[in-house]
Amino acid sequence: MSKYGVIAKFDNPQSLVHAAEKVRDEGFTKFDCHSPFPIHGMDDAMGLKRSKLGYVIGAMGLTGALFGFGLQTWIHSIEYPMNISGKPYFAYPAYAIITFELMVLFSAFGAVFGMMFFNRIPRFHHPVFYSEKFSDVSSDAFYVSIEIDDPKYDESGVIDFLKNIGGTEIEVLTDEN
Amino acid sequence: MSIKSKALIRAEKLLPGNQDFTSITDDIAGVPEQKKTPIQWWLLFGLSLSLLSIFVGSVGFLIWEGTGIWGINNPVFWGWAIINFVWWVGIGHAGTLISAILHLFRQNWRNAINRFAETMTLFAVICALVFPGIHVGRIWVAYWFLPLPNQMGMWPNMRSPLIWDFFAVFTYFTVSLLFWYTGLIPDLATLRDRAKGLKKKVYGFFALGWRGGNRQWQHYELAYLVLAGISTPLVLSVHSVVSSDFATSVIPGWHTTIFPPYFVAGAIYSGFGMVMTLSIIARKVYNLGHIITVEHLDKMAQIMLLTGCMVGYAYSMEFFVAWYSGNPYESFAFVNRALGPYWWGYWAMIFCNVVVPQFFWFEKYRRHIPFLFITSILVNIGMWFERFVIVVITLHRDFMPGAWAMYNPTMWDVAIYLGTFGLFFTGFLLFLRFLPMVSIAEAKLVLPESDPHHGDSHE
Repeated sequence: MSKYGVIAKFDNPQSLVHAAEKVRDEGFTKFDCHSPFPIHGMDDAMGLKRSKLGYVIGAMGLTGALFGFGLQTWIHSIEYPMNISGKPYFAYPAYAIITFELMVLFSAFGAVFGMMFFNRIPRFHHPVFYSEKFSDVSSDAFYVSIEIDDPKYDESGVIDFLKNIGGTEIEVLTDEN
Repeated sequence: MSIKSKALIRAEKLLPGNQDFTSITDDIAGVPEQKKTPIQWWLLFGLSLSLLSIFVGSVGFLIWEGTGIWGINNPVFWGWAIINFVWWVGIGHAGTLISAILHLFRQNWRNAINRFAETMTLFAVICALVFPGIHVGRIWVAYWFLPLPNQMGMWPNMRSPLIWDFFAVFTYFTVSLLFWYTGLIPDLATLRDRAKGLKKKVYGFFALGWRGGNRQWQHYELAYLVLAGISTPLVLSVHSVVSSDFATSVIPGWHTTIFPPYFVAGAIYSGFGMVMTLSIIARKVYNLGHIITVEHLDKMAQIMLLTGCMVGYAYSMEFFVAWYSGNPYESFAFVNRALGPYWWGYWAMIFCNVVVPQFFWFEKYRRHIPFLFITSILVNIGMWFERFVIVVITLHRDFMPGAWAMYNPTMWDVAIYLGTFGLFFTGFLLFLRFLPMVSIAEAKLVLPESDPHHGDSHE
């Protein structure tokens, strides 16, 4: 039975944002705020940096565009020059469409799989799932979780702190395996 | 009452009644969780399955016998298959418009219908992809479309609009699928948390272990925004590329620069018609009138009015340019559309696409549900005729009168077209039964309580 951390419930989006600000100001770094939908302004309240996902998508998009243009150039100029109604072999304006489509296709893969990478999903065994009540978070509940890995973590101190900032139904999560 | 205050009152009514986060979850997730499937669902599903069996049988016979079973013949080699392809792709476009473009414009009313519309896109594009696939005749070499190294040392011609089209529609399908699935992840987590036993395992598998933490939402929201951002030019490109299948040819009536925007407007018009048809049925069968409200139908009717007028403008501009160009072949092609042997197809198109949407200038008609239901079906009949006009009427009389002929579809053309409805509705009904038809997470964002500043004083 290893411990994972502490979760505390808050009433609504406003109190979750205020709680996040207090947890951030207290100096915690390994914490998260769980909600049924994304809350506007929560990134600042938690002190999160801007997502790096954009760079991944940009790089993938560029790769797709270069691959698309390169593939067409290679096919018609080098590998299989085909004279069709006298059109030039290197007909670069005609390559625009497939270059664009492959850029979009690669960017979309970058967006979805990059998101999964940054979010560390799929992951089916997270300790928050050992809490019965936590599952309401996908419907109508708002939770703060503070992990045991946090340098400032001290179980009784964290519980008192979460109580002070208005958390209810405080639970210590234990990994049952 | 000023227009502005009226609009504000409307915005608040998007989710009428005393709804909160819990009731939204219960209402939407309650549909796939139903113990007893409604009898209407079984009736519709039975009908869809029988149409699907017609599809399987007629496509099977087509593959066995060849495209000779269709009515295509000299000079009309692009018959119903291409009409249906363009028609189904066009229907799909409204889904992407609703989910991507309206998301970028922060039109929150879309949150009630976007899941719906995206699913419609997926199945409509599958139906569309069937047609070029079977139209090649030798379906077992359809993979020659792909730039795959092969022992013949042969490559596709990347300068051809038909290959552009293949890449565009294939990319469109893949990106739509990714967008749809990304939107589903939080909702699958909701279903996972409410389900038990095997269902919990299946929903849980696809929910990927979503925990709703803001560290996840942060990347998720960016991914969703970027997907919306890249889907927007993509959807505009797809129908533009479809139109270049026609516009890059030298056939009078096809060789025009107005085709790309005109095809895109028509696609959105027909797609909204289909979203309207489907949502009127679903809100009735599942009693979701408080989530998909008359307000949403009204807004969709307004977009249909706009795009219908754009299509009407394109029809008249084509005629003007045909006359103004001074090209006798071009002029003849258009006179032949309106007054030739297929005049009924042209005027059916004008009636459904130009005359019918004019009723939407009036609020009374935009909020009259039986009227909306009938017009939404007329819209799609009209858009089918538009493609009939473009494909068949243009081809049947081109330059040389000696090469003119009439086009006669066979029962197999009809059977395959009807069959794709089976394919479409079977998929759509399975979606309605097992997945949340409205985005649970996004529907909550419409509630004022979801704003973290709700209740703060603004004095």
